[in-house]
Amino acid sequence: MEQINKTYTITPGKNLFDLKLNEIWYHRDLFALFIKRDITVTYKQTVLGPLWFVIQPLLTTLMFLLVFGRIAGIPTDGVPPVLFYLGGITIWNYFSECLRLTSDTFVKNSGLFGKIYFPRIITPLSVVSSNLIKFGIQFVLFLCVFFYYYFNSAQIHPNITLFCLPLYIIILAIMALGFGLIISAMTTKYRDLTFLIQFGIQLWMYITPVIYPISQIPMKYRWVVMANPVSSIVESFKYGFTGAGNFYLSSIIYSGLFSIVLFFISLAIFNRTERTFMDTV
Amino acid sequence: MSVVIKIENLSKQYRLGLVGTGTLSHDLRRWWHLVRGKEDPYLRIGEVNDRSTKGTSDYIWALKDINIEVNRGEVLGIIGKNGAGKSTLLKILSKITAPTTGSITYNGRIGSLLEAGTGFHSELTGRENVFLNGAILGMRKREIYNKFDEIVDFSGCERYIDTPVKRYSSGMIVRLGFAVAAFLEPEILVVDEVLAVGDAEFQKKAIGKMQKVSRTEGRTVLFVSHNMTSIQALCTKAIYLKDGTIGGLISVKEAVDLYFNANWQNIGHFKKEKLKTNLPAEIIEARLLNENGDTSDSFFIYEKILIEITWMNRQGVNVNPNFMLLNRQGITVMVAVDTPIDWYGDKKNKKGTYISRATIPGNLLNANDYSIHISLDSGSPRICYESNLDVFRFKIIDSMDEKNMARGNFSSVVEDAVLWPALEWNYTFLEA
Repeated sequence: MEQINKTYTITPGKNLFDLKLNEIWYHRDLFALFIKRDITVTYKQTVLGPLWFVIQPLLTTLMFLLVFGRIAGIPTDGVPPVLFYLGGITIWNYFSECLRLTSDTFVKNSGLFGKIYFPRIITPLSVVSSNLIKFGIQFVLFLCVFFYYYFNSAQIHPNITLFCLPLYIIILAIMALGFGLIISAMTTKYRDLTFLIQFGIQLWMYITPVIYPISQIPMKYRWVVMANPVSSIVESFKYGFTGAGNFYLSSIIYSGLFSIVLFFISLAIFNRTERTFMDTV
Repeated sequence: MSVVIKIENLSKQYRLGLVGTGTLSHDLRRWWHLVRGKEDPYLRIGEVNDRSTKGTSDYIWALKDINIEVNRGEVLGIIGKNGAGKSTLLKILSKITAPTTGSITYNGRIGSLLEAGTGFHSELTGRENVFLNGAILGMRKREIYNKFDEIVDFSGCERYIDTPVKRYSSGMIVRLGFAVAAFLEPEILVVDEVLAVGDAEFQKKAIGKMQKVSRTEGRTVLFVSHNMTSIQALCTKAIYLKDGTIGGLISVKEAVDLYFNANWQNIGHFKKEKLKTNLPAEIIEARLLNENGDTSDSFFIYEKILIEITWMNRQGVNVNPNFMLLNRQGITVMVAVDTPIDWYGDKKNKKGTYISRATIPGNLLNANDYSIHISLDSGSPRICYESNLDVFRFKIIDSMDEKNMARGNFSSVVEDAVLWPALEWNYTFLEA
């Protein structure tokens, strides 16, 4: 057994930026088991099981196609609408699901956290990781649709920026985790945020180029969309596969820096909350 | 012996009431003081934590200036009334919540067991949950894997191990949960009253396991319980928490005494709020007293118990106060009527108020929980004027103290016996 005869102290003091990497490393099995639990438990006692991962984005795409494509008539930069919407939904879903599920970390797990200590950060980390698997399945669906159009239409031009794809995912994961941690820390005391988060995520989607390309936004308001750190990721994701839209390295750097700064702020808040949240939750 | 845990000036403050409008302003004020480098203004206030009285401050000290040193291999019992701060102390030790001031220094890993089956997921099977729960408690996967058979064997749930936990009975969940925890191997084990669950056979097993952990494996155990029998069976030292403070490290016997003596106020005392006035005879008040004349609801097995009944004869009828004693199993252990053996001359038929007293001798009743029914009857023909069921509940505790007791040096507990009287024994030696 490790860690015998090591001396520890428990004090009220706080080391806010402590990542507790060795503690997390020690609990790596727990991390893996949490991911396994999240995945096996989600679709227990459902008939269609993991098929729901696929059905949900397909139906949403269909809905967007109908409402925004046909009724509102918003153009999609010459990209086949199905591909355009599905791409937006796939990448946006990963962000929104991570955010939604990490934002109630403390409240949802208060029963567990109130009885035993382990580095709390493991819980949101495992959520972000298990969502990666869900994202993977949806991404495969997207790829199928992508190749269908690629071999049937000359309209799309996948390009070199696709190599940045892992970076997009990492940035989104860190950003979702950052926002999620801050909200979860604040909801331990002020439950108002649980109401906010539900429609907040919905509203957020509308200032992100999920259902429209940035080129459709009038210059005057474009800064609003560009200030949103998720925008450039979603836009660049689509650009990588279709060649339509914009790709600015500077926006990606902006999103990357934003997520890192956010992550450290959220970590400090999370660490601070973790110490006493049982008293206020 | 080396010191394994050192707790210094440990305090924990809580804010009472709801999180509401006042919270934000207090938070802001606290933050403002912090920015200016001043002390938190709310740390200076706060009252002792007495649950039963109404205080003036919103802030209370759940723990105040706790100082303890625990040696290796020691089993420390933590005793106290509800709300005395036991769980808060365990929570701070388990790092679930941070102290407000003070520090704890410890050597090795702390494993805490505040609940059996923490983090069990009802959809997962027993097997999956053993791994998940073990990992939550801080075990590595390999460790759990190596001990898996032993864990399942200890829990006695082998047949159900591949069934989702939601199909388990609540007792089985607890068994499985405790079994995982029992194979945890930290240097310091923190245990809350988890032993209070499960059936008798399993409790025995659990206590045995804890004894083994502390005595043969030399681990340090901190154990909170309201069950004085398990405290006495397990612990080597104890602390008694009262309103968030302790008197220091004391012997188990002293702590148990303190625990029972603390319950003296308002217990073992029955008083009618409103008299019925239409009864020919009526009970006004009744008390249960110990040898010192204090009301009490718990007695050591060797103590005398005095029952005092204040009653009124309103119409000059013939009255015999009497009581009946039932044990936890519902067995009527005895009936006692206030009639002397030479009852002929004794007629309490004058109008007025009387106090009747009876003494149950020490070393007569076995350790158990008891309930008393008090009645006023006439002798013959029998008319019941008043009957009060379940007036008092009290406990008789086996102190396991060899000297004063009928048990002498007889070491096991005989739970089934109704009585454990100190009889007069003598013997004759026949031949060598």
